[in-house]
Amino acid sequence: MGLEVTDLRVYYRTLAGDVKALDGVTLGVAEGEIMGLAGESGCGKSTFGNSLIRIDGRMRHVGGSVVLDGIELPIADGDAMREYRYKLVSIIPQYAMSALNPTRRIGRMIDELLESRGVRHEEYEAELRRRLALVGLQEDVLRRYPIELSGGMKQRVVMVISTLLDPSLLIADEITSALDVSSQKAVAQTLVQFRDEGFVRAMIVVTHDVSILYQIADTLAIMYAGRLAEKAPTEELMERPLHPYTRLLISSLPEMGVRFADARLAGIPGAPPSLLNPPTGCRFRTRCPLADAECETQPPFVEVAPEHAVACWKVA
Amino acid sequence: MTALAGQIPKAGESVGRAREVRYFVLRSRKILISTAIIAAFLVLAALGPTIRPGDPNAFVGPLGAAPSAEYWFGTTTFGQDVFAQFLYGLGSTFAVGLAGGGIAALIGVTVGFVAGYRGGITDEILNMVTNIVLVIPTIALLVVVTAFFKARGIVIEAAFIGLTSWPWAARAIRAQTFSLNAREFVDLARISGVPAWRVIFGEIAPNMSSYLFMTFILLFGGSILIAASLDFIGLGPTSGVSLGLMMYNSVAWSALQLGLWWWFVPPGVAITAIVGSLYVMNVGLDEIFNPRLRES
Amino acid sequence: MLTLERASKTYRIGAFGGGRLVAVREADFSVAQGEVVSLIGESGSGKTTIGRMILRLISVNGGRITLDGEDIAALRGPALRAYYRVVQGVFQDPFSSFNPIFKVDHVFSLLRGLLGGGQADDGWRRRVDEALASVGLEGGQVLHKYPHQLSGGQLQRVLIARALLLDTRFLVADEIISMLDASTRIDVLNLLGDLKARGLGILFITHDLSLANYISERAIILRRGRVVESGPTTAVFGNPLHPYTQQLLGAVPRLHEKWGTGPRSGKADACCYHDTVTASPAAGQPAMVEAEPGHLVGCANLYGVCPGDTDAEVRATA
Repeated sequence: MGLEVTDLRVYYRTLAGDVKALDGVTLGVAEGEIMGLAGESGCGKSTFGNSLIRIDGRMRHVGGSVVLDGIELPIADGDAMREYRYKLVSIIPQYAMSALNPTRRIGRMIDELLESRGVRHEEYEAELRRRLALVGLQEDVLRRYPIELSGGMKQRVVMVISTLLDPSLLIADEITSALDVSSQKAVAQTLVQFRDEGFVRAMIVVTHDVSILYQIADTLAIMYAGRLAEKAPTEELMERPLHPYTRLLISSLPEMGVRFADARLAGIPGAPPSLLNPPTGCRFRTRCPLADAECETQPPFVEVAPEHAVACWKVA
Repeated sequence: MTALAGQIPKAGESVGRAREVRYFVLRSRKILISTAIIAAFLVLAALGPTIRPGDPNAFVGPLGAAPSAEYWFGTTTFGQDVFAQFLYGLGSTFAVGLAGGGIAALIGVTVGFVAGYRGGITDEILNMVTNIVLVIPTIALLVVVTAFFKARGIVIEAAFIGLTSWPWAARAIRAQTFSLNAREFVDLARISGVPAWRVIFGEIAPNMSSYLFMTFILLFGGSILIAASLDFIGLGPTSGVSLGLMMYNSVAWSALQLGLWWWFVPPGVAITAIVGSLYVMNVGLDEIFNPRLRES
Repeated sequence: MLTLERASKTYRIGAFGGGRLVAVREADFSVAQGEVVSLIGESGSGKTTIGRMILRLISVNGGRITLDGEDIAALRGPALRAYYRVVQGVFQDPFSSFNPIFKVDHVFSLLRGLLGGGQADDGWRRRVDEALASVGLEGGQVLHKYPHQLSGGQLQRVLIARALLLDTRFLVADEIISMLDASTRIDVLNLLGDLKARGLGILFITHDLSLANYISERAIILRRGRVVESGPTTAVFGNPLHPYTQQLLGAVPRLHEKWGTGPRSGKADACCYHDTVTASPAAGQPAMVEAEPGHLVGCANLYGVCPGDTDAEVRATA
């Protein structure tokens, strides 16, 4: 079953016009797969994650379809999505761990949350405790206030809550960004554990941190300015990155062991285009060292090797 | 105090905000109407001495006469021109508001800024002082003051109000200062060698200008109300005239029983209108400065 | 050049300062000219506190900090201004570092007071333009804009230019990269490398070990206010001796090596100081032991004999 997204377009209404945050994304996530969605700020990855669950009222679904487990999700309609939200497709929103109500004990907050989703919390009591133990949290966490927990602990609580109803698809939006490196590792490994235990069937991990994705994701998709640049199994993408943006991005990451004195890394000159009036054709062409007249037409996102798709004319 | 929440411009807002503010101000019914009312009363107060020159407390007319063409607001039981008293009373009411509110603002803002910027032991001490002033029973204190000062004028009244009504303003400003203090541009100013007072007035205060403005409006209105209340129970100035004093006199001389409604209704209506308008203006301003309240 | 001599910072907390919170405990290191020293720690390690102490934004409670041998705590008035001409800082959030109601040139004009006697306007303007040029920006393009009209990367560069405007010899860079995009990070980082080549001493405060490894000559690992390991970057990262350093390195997500498969698979955190943070070090016990030349470790039991937490406990408190 899994997820099939076809030509998804989501714009934001603003006073100045429509911001074309997501402009034609087509991809699939198989059951049991963890897909990493990476890109810089403003590339549309968070919009993609949020559009699958439709919790942001400012979004306007302009085109495309989303099919999960054979069911077409009514992502244009916030109310209609309520039936599926958190049960079929769930999300760990960005900043979730900062959004915990400081005046509620964790246990009480979870009960209220479940009630609000139309679920009787008594039914999930035992399962909740089991899962908390599984992620390494002791049961007394339920009696504590958020301020008594560390960042990593809060994030794991949020992860347990978001997956309590065993969704088919989980979207994790920048869940490691605000954490220390040891907590990041614990949280990332917890994600994999959820998939292995079967709490979640498929997962999309949205983050700007490619190295974390390398550790836990089966496939990697790179987005740029609202469109997909490249998608491939993780090892394949790291061994043979094909899109110029992907290659420049990876080479600009200071990997452990690389030193300034030995090898000076280079960034990507320029800045991503404004999505209010994006340029025609390939959106990376203003910064791309390989760009020419051909790139004024948008390259299609095609498979050039098994499971490896790229949107670039220069990759035959 | 919810009306004053969240005034600080976020990192990323420009001063095109000033234009945006002007746009919304001109379209806010609350602000336009309340400003018109206040302006009308101000004009009346300013023109008072011209329209009705002379001592407003002079005995000029028939005793207890109803409003007529000659005496628009009638006369008191002693034959004083109520309209003349009203006009001069407006003037002194505004004066007390300005003076009392001004003193309270000065103290409150200073205490708030210093406590918020310095923190630590300074903050603890100033907090203690603020709390003490807050819980002092002002009526009891005022009785002592009136016993002490046999002859009192507006100055004493304004000073008293100013010295006792600043704590909430200090608290509010302290809270905002704390929050702004944590921003890195304050640190940047400090490592540029900018002295503390210039950091407070040059960096922090401009970021809460709308907040400071609204604080002053509330202090102004509050001052008027307190003055009128004090006058009404007889703890006000011993000479002169004010709206509150008019009401005090009207009750003292049985205007209610005698049916001399023109003696106490105008000052009462005026006080209600002025103070009410100031508060409504404040709400209107808050809606502009805090856009989240605008969303309906 | 800049030296911390057993510097400590203790905060009073609670009503009227009854309780104590030790943010930094006897930090001891120095930064010379022409070198980048990374101060690495997780949140709560005290690294930002140290940066702020050096910038005289908060006071030092114990020990002292010296610049060229002179205690900075004693500086007042003109002497303090002279200090700021030589020591400057750049902070983490570029958008918070600019006062939103002023244009970008405001951060430069604030500095004019440090120069003492008045200076002609065009002389000043030329200076600002030169500083901006050295970070790859053009004065005419950025000075008249408001902060929100520029990108994070541009703002950080303006702040670096500002920090270099006077006779800066020492720069405190507090997490200056973490809020920037991946493609701009490396440019700002390379800028630091160029500054180092010009003779600046830089304290690079970060939680990101890859960045520290990339840019710095020496690395200092901070844990709960205490320096646990310090030395040349290649030594500390190549041969980490303290269990905490080993744990950190084991947790770093690398690009071509999965967790738990490399030569240094995350060893459990066996820090002896874990439970005794509130207690002072035993008398007579040296704060740091020199394991190799220049490579100092702050651990009484160097080779893992110390009783420590098991892996599961580490996860529970992470």
